[in-house]
Amino acid sequence: MEIRSQEFKKSAHIALHDAKLQRALGNLKAGFPGKRAAAVARLPEFDALRDQARDLKNHIIEHLDLYLEEFEKNVIAQGGTVHWCRTAEDARKTILEICRAQDAKTVTKGKSMVTEEIALNEYLEANGVTPVETDLGEYILQLRNDHPSHIVAPAIHLTLDDVAEAFHEHHKRPKSDDPAVLMQEAREMLRKQFVSADVGITGANFLIAETGSTIICTNEGNGDLTQTLPKTHIVVSSIEKVVPTLEDMTLFLRLLARSATGQEFTVYNTLSTGPRRQADRDGPENFHVVLVDNGRSDMVGTEFQEMLRCIRCSACMNHCPVYGAVGGQTYGWVYPGPMGSVLTPQMIGIENAGLLPNASTFCGKCEEVCPVRIPLPKLMRHWRDKEWEKHLTPAAARSGIGIWAFFAKRPALYRMLSWSSNLFLRLVGGKRGRIRKLPLAGGWTDFRDMPAPSGKTFMQQWQERKS
Amino acid sequence: MANPRPRVGLFVTCLADMFRPEVAFASVKLLELAGFEVEVPKRQTCCGQPAFNSGDRKDSADIARQTIEAFDGFEYVVGPSGSCIGMLHHYPELFVESDPWHQRALDLKARAFEITSFLALHLDMDKLSSSFTGKVTYHDSCSGLRELGVKKQPRELLSKLPGVQISEMEEAETCCGFGGTFCVKYPEISNRMVGNKSENIRATGADTLLGGDLGCLLNMVGKLKREGIEVKARHVVEVLADMLDSPAIGEAEQGV
Ligand code: SF4
Repeated sequence: MEIRSQEFKKSAHIALHDAKLQRALGNLKAGFPGKRAAAVARLPEFDALRDQARDLKNHIIEHLDLYLEEFEKNVIAQGGTVHWCRTAEDARKTILEICRAQDAKTVTKGKSMVTEEIALNEYLEANGVTPVETDLGEYILQLRNDHPSHIVAPAIHLTLDDVAEAFHEHHKRPKSDDPAVLMQEAREMLRKQFVSADVGITGANFLIAETGSTIICTNEGNGDLTQTLPKTHIVVSSIEKVVPTLEDMTLFLRLLARSATGQEFTVYNTLSTGPRRQADRDGPENFHVVLVDNGRSDMVGTEFQEMLRCIRCSACMNHCPVYGAVGGQTYGWVYPGPMGSVLTPQMIGIENAGLLPNASTFCGKCEEVCPVRIPLPKLMRHWRDKEWEKHLTPAAARSGIGIWAFFAKRPALYRMLSWSSNLFLRLVGGKRGRIRKLPLAGGWTDFRDMPAPSGKTFMQQWQERKS
Repeated sequence: MANPRPRVGLFVTCLADMFRPEVAFASVKLLELAGFEVEVPKRQTCCGQPAFNSGDRKDSADIARQTIEAFDGFEYVVGPSGSCIGMLHHYPELFVESDPWHQRALDLKARAFEITSFLALHLDMDKLSSSFTGKVTYHDSCSGLRELGVKKQPRELLSKLPGVQISEMEEAETCCGFGGTFCVKYPEISNRMVGNKSENIRATGADTLLGGDLGCLLNMVGKLKREGIEVKARHVVEVLADMLDSPAIGEAEQGV
């Protein structure tokens, strides 16, 4: 996927003026947060579960190698294969090789953000394998040659009309904007693909070390067909998804559904454990797990380690006022919202994504709702530290802070600075009490007035009263 | 006889100093009402948050050391801003644990309070009286709310004033879009956020907006004024201290 994170401001401008997108974002804001709040209210132990989940994730990350090896051992014991891929490139090649070994022409795909991260679709297509997205949202995006704007609801930026238009164009049927008709159309189109696909690719919400199982949580059931019908099932997963036991998995499932959509439980929770056994009525003949590192193990032991706790629930973006204003595509790469503002710089370099961790007021809402208590504002601030160290902070901002800090470290001079600014603003404000236009403060006065100081500085007045 | 009253160092905050001295005077008055002796250390400047949030840890640490020294010896450090006091609470993060400043930063953190939470702990609320009358709505500023747990305290204090009627706005806990340098780095997004906020304020029908942080208040007042919405705004301590003589934030002087 093309990286456009450094166009954040330009994209934000467009997004803010896109009436359709704003309507779609309004729906998101009206939906998910309220449902989450209601689900949380129904589960008194929710916060205690969050603490447990945080601690367990910390433990897992400390012992990531051990749990991944146990997972591999058990996948093999069940008759499957595990592939360790350090980079996105390794992962793409590995997946293509598996497809080629099966002589695959078509692969069906369940929803998976990590395959977006490694740009799998483009790669498969370029190499003669046709990927078909089977998640409804992803299917729509594929028809439109579009990318997800949200990690759980990938087509949330589209309206019903956009979907009707895309279906009409690609399915060559009369245009309908009845959701039921559209759904039926998609089913018919996809059914053929499910049956004819040679390989099915899914992601994984969790990997279970003790059994060598993987699990996907979906609300459509498409994932089940994707992984049971083709001869070969490939699970693509990032390494931090491993959990020790099935019991541990249930802790995360309880948090995931509530945090994401406010459901008590996702509709389909499908475990895959190895290929089909003799007594099984269906299932794939081959079972592969592709483990993707892609920079994650580099985060262990750094100030960004806590980000590896993320279970991709999307609560942080659903509640983020910045995401809510500009939508996911403005972030310019795969992962949007607060979690993306921490992950993206790690994966594509802070020099290509510096605007993301800066696009936050640090209001802290994301951290407040994160089920695994990731201190997202603190981690975004750490990226700003990195920018500062590497001299990537824009020159004007850097020298501005430098000059200001020079004064702030000299109380007597700082008094004079406050005194003169106060006087200046009072003169400009006159008796009106506010200023409509101020040179060099266009960012402020283009959109709002600036209240003028109500009198001399406090320090002046305090001094006068004391003497 | 020695003065038995515990000493509070007032952390004035840059914005109260420069834009709204009434807020600092009101704070002094309330702290004295609560039985404290209030001093204003001269060596204080800014809490350092602009540097901290820009990634400039060196200047942040220098400013932190200066603030720690300025407030040495006070039993409490109190300021009329959740954001600035929240920053004081971040100071320990600026020093490695083996650095003696780390301990001093922790010590400051333990003594530093946002004014409404401090008053809720130490003031006999029956002593409050104010000539204010009107319908108010309260914006919960992010840092105070999420870093310091300021939510009930200002409302509890206000509930002691018979003239105050509170009408809560929708999304009172949603960020107003100020965010320090955010509002100038991302002005259009900030504008959208404060636009949503002013709409929620308007919808309450309140005549006065109250809050505990001048940064947010200046932002919201600026937007309300620009949109011609007739809602006045004050820092909550002005109402609590009955210091209502000067015009509300951003209002013209009487008779203009
Ligand atoms: S950072 Fe937290 S809230 Fe955001 S997606 Fe990850 S787990 Fe969910």
